[in-house]
Amino acid sequence: MNTIVTQSPCCGETTNPQFQKLNAYLDTLAIDQKDPRRKDKLIMTLHYAQSLFGYLPEIIQIYIAQRFGISHADVSGVISFYNFFTVTPKGKIQVNVCMGTACYVNGADKVLREFERVLGIQTGEVTSDQKFSIESLRCVGACGLAPVVTINGKVFGKVKPEQVPDIIEKFLIEETKIEAEVINA
Amino acid sequence: MPEIKTQEALRSAFLQHQAVIGSRLGIENSNNCSILVCGGTGCHASEGEAIVAEFQRLAALHKKEKIVEATISGCFGFCEKGPIVKVFPENVFYVQVKKSDVEEIFEKHILKGEIVQRLLYVDPATKLKIETSEEIPFYKRQQRVALRNCGLINPEVIEEYIATKGYQALAKILSETKPEEVIAEMEASGLRGRGGAGFLTSKKWAYARGYHNEEKFVICNADEGDPGAFMDRSIMEGDSHSVIEGMIIAGYAIGAHQGYVYIRAEYPLAVQRLETAIQQARAYGFLGKNILQSGFDFDIAVRLGAGAFVCGEETALINSLEGKRGEPRTKPPFPAESGLWNKPTIVNNVETLANIPAIFQHGSEWFNQIGTDTSKGTKVFALAGKINNVGLVEVPMGTTLREIIFDIGGGIKNGAQFKAAQTGGPSGGCIPAQYLDTPIDYESLASIGSMMGSGGMIIMDEHDCMVNLARFYLEFIVEESCGRCAPCRLGNKRMLEILTRITDGLGCAEDLKELQSLAEIIMDTSLCGLGQSSPNPVLSTLKYFMDEYEAHIFDKSCPAGSCTKLLHYDIVPEKCIGCTACARNCPVNCISGSVKQVHTIDQSKCIKCGACQTRCKFGAVIRH
Repeated sequence: MNTIVTQSPCCGETTNPQFQKLNAYLDTLAIDQKDPRRKDKLIMTLHYAQSLFGYLPEIIQIYIAQRFGISHADVSGVISFYNFFTVTPKGKIQVNVCMGTACYVNGADKVLREFERVLGIQTGEVTSDQKFSIESLRCVGACGLAPVVTINGKVFGKVKPEQVPDIIEKFLIEETKIEAEVINA
Repeated sequence: MPEIKTQEALRSAFLQHQAVIGSRLGIENSNNCSILVCGGTGCHASEGEAIVAEFQRLAALHKKEKIVEATISGCFGFCEKGPIVKVFPENVFYVQVKKSDVEEIFEKHILKGEIVQRLLYVDPATKLKIETSEEIPFYKRQQRVALRNCGLINPEVIEEYIATKGYQALAKILSETKPEEVIAEMEASGLRGRGGAGFLTSKKWAYARGYHNEEKFVICNADEGDPGAFMDRSIMEGDSHSVIEGMIIAGYAIGAHQGYVYIRAEYPLAVQRLETAIQQARAYGFLGKNILQSGFDFDIAVRLGAGAFVCGEETALINSLEGKRGEPRTKPPFPAESGLWNKPTIVNNVETLANIPAIFQHGSEWFNQIGTDTSKGTKVFALAGKINNVGLVEVPMGTTLREIIFDIGGGIKNGAQFKAAQTGGPSGGCIPAQYLDTPIDYESLASIGSMMGSGGMIIMDEHDCMVNLARFYLEFIVEESCGRCAPCRLGNKRMLEILTRITDGLGCAEDLKELQSLAEIIMDTSLCGLGQSSPNPVLSTLKYFMDEYEAHIFDKSCPAGSCTKLLHYDIVPEKCIGCTACARNCPVNCISGSVKQVHTIDQSKCIKCGACQTRCKFGAVIRH
């Protein structure tokens, strides 16, 4: 789930629950700012932060840099290097199409193009209503099910391009249901 | 959990638990029924866990009649037919089981002893139903060493690993063997690294042992980045304890007290199983201080990767472990001298480590007898692509490609023609049909322009365009190049541009020379293994499939019919009855014609999606 971080956490005074969780996690690491090896937990921390916020906004990067006692450039350099980290928010429904070799030779590119066509966005983009985003993945290792698509962690195997509209519709209906429940509550 | 402190205590734990494995192996007679359901990622996705839960629900209902135990296990390897359910003691192998089939298996097989025929594997050659896995051609030629426990034990229960004599090799080594003797035994086994380059494991260990330092490290490289490879994932999901035991033995041999497993974040199930196994090993006293009262300390921590292919290269991996950008370091110094935090470090692959407990259990002589002169033991391959039996295959080194693809893999899907096998992923090459009888070992694969790699094997048929495949791999390399050195960063980009041009039908004769020379320069001048091997897919396709390159460049056609820009869809007037199905389904409305009139395609607007061909019931749309 994406949370737009609106309050500045720099001074450590915020009631944002995600941010408090991150803070608690950083406390458990007991980072010694003088330890030359302290950076070895940076990638794990970034994984955790991304799982909380859905992406890694600048303000979080700066905060993590401060807690580790390293420069913001150091943190941002690591984030930009690894594909897993993103600095832009993703859609509520994240479509990941595996583009590993086994999926590719079984037509994953056609499936990916169909998702792009139906949703009207390119890989790496988010729909204007923030509902969907598409990414291509490198091999999830379920080659027996090629081509594979994962949507919010649920795996779809042996996907054909003509199934794409149905798959999207299914998630759209579920999402609308959840929204309606929230409004009614 | 009771801590195990001595070899005798371990032995009695083994005796206590061995019955459960014994009945599965058919060594012990048992009336109890044991059901194993594949819990690997592939089968997990297709409801492996729901199947176990259903069996457990029924077992609870019928516990008075029979003791039935149902658990998940590691990957059986036959992913094509998953989810797989094995029922012991009869050892019956059910394929493609659904949750709704469970009740029938329970009622008929488990309670009445009747085998459910409709869920058995059918041999496509003989059309006969096969009851046990041993008789299935897919398994007949395999020899399982690294995968010995995958599909035999529940990976989340340490007692089941102990019941396979697990941790006994470690206990024996810690009480009776000197580190130098451990390395000598490894040398005698002839085990070479399974991650790609095939360096002798004993040599790595001996170098690291030779450097004196208070701190040394053992790293397990579980950053399986080759697209289409899932050997290491399956070992970690199915038998994490073997990897842990291998790491402790490695630590003892080189004098290290800390180990790290660097694992891909894309493998959540493997991470979870590994962490569970580490906690259990700690509780039993196999990890931590004074292991089995030997005075030797060793512990393991898990570190996640973050999606960078280059981090499979050992020095890049070390940088990533230190929390840096995963760029490779210049070698020498090699990690054995100066690795993690500049301390002596060995980096071993998952499969290499999983072999180690087996070597010490059965002796180096046993291991040395498997395989060829220069390549000892077995190798696990992840067979995928256009093959009938997608799955994990473990064969002795020296087995030929033909045996793997046709005998074990069951041949090519839909009866198509075999075109090439790609081994070694983006760093390897394509092997054409004329080399199908090459025995697989490190040297012979290198001599035909490919490499062993980590074990990914993708099979291609006549519908796969080799130029497009080379382009696909280069696209991957360009995205994954860390950018540190120019040949890889810029050279591969230029090669990709040329290949894109060729597949778009805009190539010229000079492009071929340019590709060849760029590839050689990149190979000679790149810093790390990724750059040095990145031109392999291009070089091997140039060597074996030059005719396809020429067809794209000179005839502007794609013989495999896969490069869309070189395709044309046309309507044969004689066959078109004017049903309008094609026009109604064309996403870009480029087909014109009224009812009962012959339709035509406007080539300038056609996006070559093929929807018209799929929808036409009269075969009037042709592709050429």
